[in-house]
Amino acid sequence: MKPALELDDLCKSFGKSEIIRGLNLKVEKGERHAIIGPNGAGKSTLLNCLVGKLIPDTGSVMFDGKSVLGRKPHQINQMGISRVFQTPEIFGDLTVMENMLIPCFGKRDGAFELNAMASIDGQKDVIEKAEAMLVDMNMAHKRHDHSGSLSRGDKRRLEIGMCLIQEPRLLLLDEPTAGMARADTNNTIDLLKSIKASRDITMVIIEHDMHVVFSLAERITVLAQGTPLVEDTPEKIKGHPKVKEAYLGEAA
Amino acid sequence: MDLVLVNLIDGLVFGLLLFMLSSGLTLIFSMMGVLNFAHASFYMLGAYFGYQISTVLGLGFIGGLIVAPVIVGVAGAAIERYGLRRVHQYGHVPELIFTFGLALLIQEMVKLFWGQNQIPYFEPSYLDFALFSVGDNAIKAYKVFMIFISLLIFGGLLYVLTKTRIGMIIQAALSYPQTVEALGHNVPFVFMGVFGVGSALAGIAGVIAGPALGTFPGMAFTLGSIVFVTIVVGGLGSLWGALVASLLIGWMTTFAASYNIEMSSILQGIGFIKPEDLSESAFQDLWTLTLPQIGPILPYLLMVLILVFRPQGLLGKRES
Repeated sequence: MKPALELDDLCKSFGKSEIIRGLNLKVEKGERHAIIGPNGAGKSTLLNCLVGKLIPDTGSVMFDGKSVLGRKPHQINQMGISRVFQTPEIFGDLTVMENMLIPCFGKRDGAFELNAMASIDGQKDVIEKAEAMLVDMNMAHKRHDHSGSLSRGDKRRLEIGMCLIQEPRLLLLDEPTAGMARADTNNTIDLLKSIKASRDITMVIIEHDMHVVFSLAERITVLAQGTPLVEDTPEKIKGHPKVKEAYLGEAA
Repeated sequence: MDLVLVNLIDGLVFGLLLFMLSSGLTLIFSMMGVLNFAHASFYMLGAYFGYQISTVLGLGFIGGLIVAPVIVGVAGAAIERYGLRRVHQYGHVPELIFTFGLALLIQEMVKLFWGQNQIPYFEPSYLDFALFSVGDNAIKAYKVFMIFISLLIFGGLLYVLTKTRIGMIIQAALSYPQTVEALGHNVPFVFMGVFGVGSALAGIAGVIAGPALGTFPGMAFTLGSIVFVTIVVGGLGSLWGALVASLLIGWMTTFAASYNIEMSSILQGIGFIKPEDLSESAFQDLWTLTLPQIGPILPYLLMVLILVFRPQGLLGKRES
């Protein structure tokens, strides 16, 4: 089977500092793959290269056999890649329901359609879909709340829902539990696990919190100074001497 | 009482005119994070194009009202696409300088084509009559027409921004453009559209204000500075704030211009004694000051007070 995501010899530098050097990575379809590593290992840069925010200097990024390089962020989204940001970037001035409609429209209408001026109230197909996702996310009772007033956990839940409604084939998660209380963290872990059970989505997770990594990931890549140190199952990674060294080195 | 009513109407005309400019400017500001100094220049272009199309090309006033804003809007969109968007990556300061240079460029171009002086751009003859009168004051049909057009645009803008898909995407993109982009929307294209429509609104304002306020190369600067005051007072990025501030400033300036309240009577009212010989007094200028004299600086005074006591503006939410 072809991998969902395949990076080949990816390089990216800013000025003289090489952030990513010669990175190769394969993520199989339907896998939950975590990328960990000390600060400055190039995790965020890597993610930005995947979604079109940064253009790598050399190398290739293939998604489902198609190159994502040279495409604009919204075009990459339409290929089936959705991203959850590090801090929940939901639209606080809009209601929960309206937040849910935005990715729906993005998926359905793409870049531009002439129905842009049509009234939202008349577009029942999209509204029903958004409604169903809110029920799935257990947030239907909050549909008219201003999303800015939600708790941090609910914001994250909403944001993940906004990605799922697009039925992506690849979900990129940038520290999905950063700054969360333990209870919210565990809820998010359960939510992400349940997604795997009901939808066949490949996930790439960037995370600092080892509790999250080891409860979610099926495979882990450890990144250090822009190259993968090791790639293996969580059990093997736990006791790996190189990993200990990389993390202990950071601590010292 | 009649004077109050007449001032209310005049202030409404001016306030709604300000709103047509400030609404576009405030939306553009929220998206790009940069004040577009050239915004009032699009207003001026609207007036000149309106004149050119209606009189020189002979399409009539309505022809100018329809065609000129389209040209201005397309020009605005092109400037965003091929100018501002390229400058954007170098940061806010180059963007500011770019729009500032653009404003000067447009002003010089206008002088080059139409000359230094005011051009004979008048309201169409079929709107040049007294529609009704308040006491002894005749209210021109053209004024009512200006109010009508402005309200129509306000209604349209409100509908698009609150009821339609594109409006919702614009609202979302005001806070997190890159997230909207990551959710599959072509945000740069939306920005170009907003810039174009904002410029076109300024163009419409120019077409209808040109005959009323005069069409001359300095018109962009004259109104432009008040438009900036308006969006600062209303709160940067807030459409309702822009409306409230536009009407407030519209009424404030018209009322101030028509009530001849003298400073001497205020000073005497609070207990100061007027000197016998004013020419000897160090406060001669203060004693002879009248309200119409200070009317034009009232908006700026209001802006300073707002910046001191409520920096985010009347209805603004931003901290900075």
